[in-house]
Amino acid sequence: MDYILSIVVLACINMIAVLGLSIFTGFTGLFSLGHAAFVGVGAYTSAILTYYYSIPFPLALAAGAAAAGAVSLVIGIPTLRAKLRSDYFAIAILGFGEALRVILENLDITNGARGLPGIDSFTTLPVVLLCLAVGILVARNFLRSRWGVACIAIREDPIAAEMAGVRLFQTRLLSLVVSAVYCGLSGGLLAHFLSFIQPVMFTLLQSTQLLAAVIAGGMGSITGPLIASFVFIALPEALRVAQMWRLVAYGLLLVLIMVYRPQGLMGYSELSSLWRRKVPEPGRRQL
Amino acid sequence: MFLQTLITGLSIGGIYALMAVGYSLVFSVLNFSNFAHGAVIMLGAYVGLALATKLDFGFGLVLAGSVAGAGIIAVLNEKLAYSSLRRRKAPSLYLMISAMGCAVFLENLVYATIGSRFYAFPEFFGRQVVTIFGSSVSLLDVGAFLFALIAILGLHLFINRTRTGTAIRAGVCDMTMCSLMGVDLNRLIAIVFLLAGAFAGVAGVFLGIKYLVYPTMGWVTNKAYIAAVIGGLGSLPGALAGGLILGVVETFVSTYISSVLRDVFSFTLLIAFLVWRPNGLMGIDSEEKV
Repeated sequence: MDYILSIVVLACINMIAVLGLSIFTGFTGLFSLGHAAFVGVGAYTSAILTYYYSIPFPLALAAGAAAAGAVSLVIGIPTLRAKLRSDYFAIAILGFGEALRVILENLDITNGARGLPGIDSFTTLPVVLLCLAVGILVARNFLRSRWGVACIAIREDPIAAEMAGVRLFQTRLLSLVVSAVYCGLSGGLLAHFLSFIQPVMFTLLQSTQLLAAVIAGGMGSITGPLIASFVFIALPEALRVAQMWRLVAYGLLLVLIMVYRPQGLMGYSELSSLWRRKVPEPGRRQL
Repeated sequence: MFLQTLITGLSIGGIYALMAVGYSLVFSVLNFSNFAHGAVIMLGAYVGLALATKLDFGFGLVLAGSVAGAGIIAVLNEKLAYSSLRRRKAPSLYLMISAMGCAVFLENLVYATIGSRFYAFPEFFGRQVVTIFGSSVSLLDVGAFLFALIAILGLHLFINRTRTGTAIRAGVCDMTMCSLMGVDLNRLIAIVFLLAGAFAGVAGVFLGIKYLVYPTMGWVTNKAYIAAVIGGLGSLPGALAGGLILGVVETFVSTYISSVLRDVFSFTLLIAFLVWRPNGLMGIDSEEKV
C-alpha cells in the first residue's frame, strides 16, 4: 500500500511540473529543454531552508517556487528579448539548465554532487493533492485571463498577435516565470518527499521527460499532459520487471508520437470536452 | 606551460570539430539540430571497439569499419525517424524532439543490451610522445588533430568540387527548387547523413581511444554542438574554427581559472552566442521565415 501511495505522490509531484511546462509549451508555443533546472532550483532552495534554517515547510515551498521564478528571469530576459528562433531558444535554455546543474554540483551549501541527504519528509499525499488542485485551478484561470489569451494568440501566430497589440516579450516572459514557479513548487515537494536530492536528478534527461509528457499529452491541453505524465511515472513503476527497457521504450515512444501523432493524446482539447457537444474549430492550423 | 595548454586545446578542439561537422552538415540541409548525432558517435565507437577487440583489426581497418557502421546507422536513423516528418514539412522542433527520442532510445538500448561497463580500446599508439617546440604531446593528440584537419579539408573539397557536393549546396539554398532541377532529394539527404555519420564514426573512434567507450559518451557532443553554434551552424569552416576555438578556450579556462568552471563557461558562451550572434562567426543568415 505504501508503495502504491508513493507512486501516486511521485506522479502528482511530476504532474505539477508538467502543468507548468504545459502553460509554457502547450499554450505559449515555446519549447524548453531546461525546465528540470527550475525543478532543481525549487528543490534545493526549499530543502536548504528547512534543512539548515528550520524554516516552516509551507514558507520554504513558497520560497523555492519564488526562487525558481527569479532564476527563470535570468535566462528569460536576454533570450526572449532577442526573439531567438524557437529551436535556438530551446537550446539556450538547455545550456542554462546544464550550467545550473554544474553550479549545484560545486557549491558547498548544496553538498556538491554527493547530494543533500536527510531532508525532513513533510510531503504527504494530502499536501500534494492540495498543491495539484490549486495548481490546476490557477492554471485554468490564468489561461482564461487576458494574459492567458495573449499567450495562446502568440502560439497560434506570433506576428499576427504582435500586430494585434500583444506584447511578445512581456507575455512570453510571464508565461516562462509562471511555468518556472510551478516547476519550483514541484521541486520543493519532491525534495521533501524523497528526503534526498542530488544534482543528477535535474538534468537534460528529466527536462526531456517533462517536455515529452507535454507533447505526448497534447499541445494546448491541460488534462492531456497530466494524464501522460501520470502514465509516464506510474506505468514504469508498475512494470518494474522491464526496468532496463523503460527508457528504451520511452525514447521510441517519443519518435513514434512525432512521426504518427504529433498532436499528442488530446491535442487542443480537454477531457471534459469528450462529453460535451463537439464544436468544430475553424482555422486550426494543422501541425 | 602556455604552449602545452595551447597544443592540448587544439587537439581537443580537433575532435570537437570532427563532431561539430556532423551537426553542421545536417543543420545546413534540414535546418534542425540533430541531437541523435551523439548517439551515432557512441555507436560508431562501439562498432570500432568490436572490430578491434573481437576481430583484432588494425587501426586503419577499425577506423574504416567504424566510419561505415556509423554512416549506415545515421542513414537508417534519418529514414526511420526523420523522413516522414520531413515530407510532411513539420516544424523543425518536431524533428529535434524526434532526434532527442532517438538519442534516448539508442543510448538506453546499449545500456540494456551491452551494459554500462567502460571499455578501453587496445593501445594503437602506445604512450608515444612527440616534442613540439619544447613541449611534449602524445602522438594520439597530434594524430587526431591532423586527421581532423585532413578529413574536414577533404569534405570541404567534396562539397565544393564534385557534382554531388554542388547538389548539396543547392539543397542548402532552396530544397524545393533543387528538387525541381532534378535532384533526388531522398538520395541527397541520405548522402548528407552518410557523410555526417562517417565523421561521427571517426570522432567516435578517437574519443574512445582518448577516453573510454561507454553508453553515455555521446554527451560530449554537447560540446561539439556548442562548437557548431560558435562557428555558425551550417558552415563547415565555421565548425572547424568553432571546434578549435572552444577546445583552446576551454583548456585555458580549466588550466588557468578552474576546471570546475569550464563547463559553466562553455554553456555561458553558447547562450551568449545564441543571443548576440545566433549565426555564429561564419554562419549564414537563418531567420525563421514568416
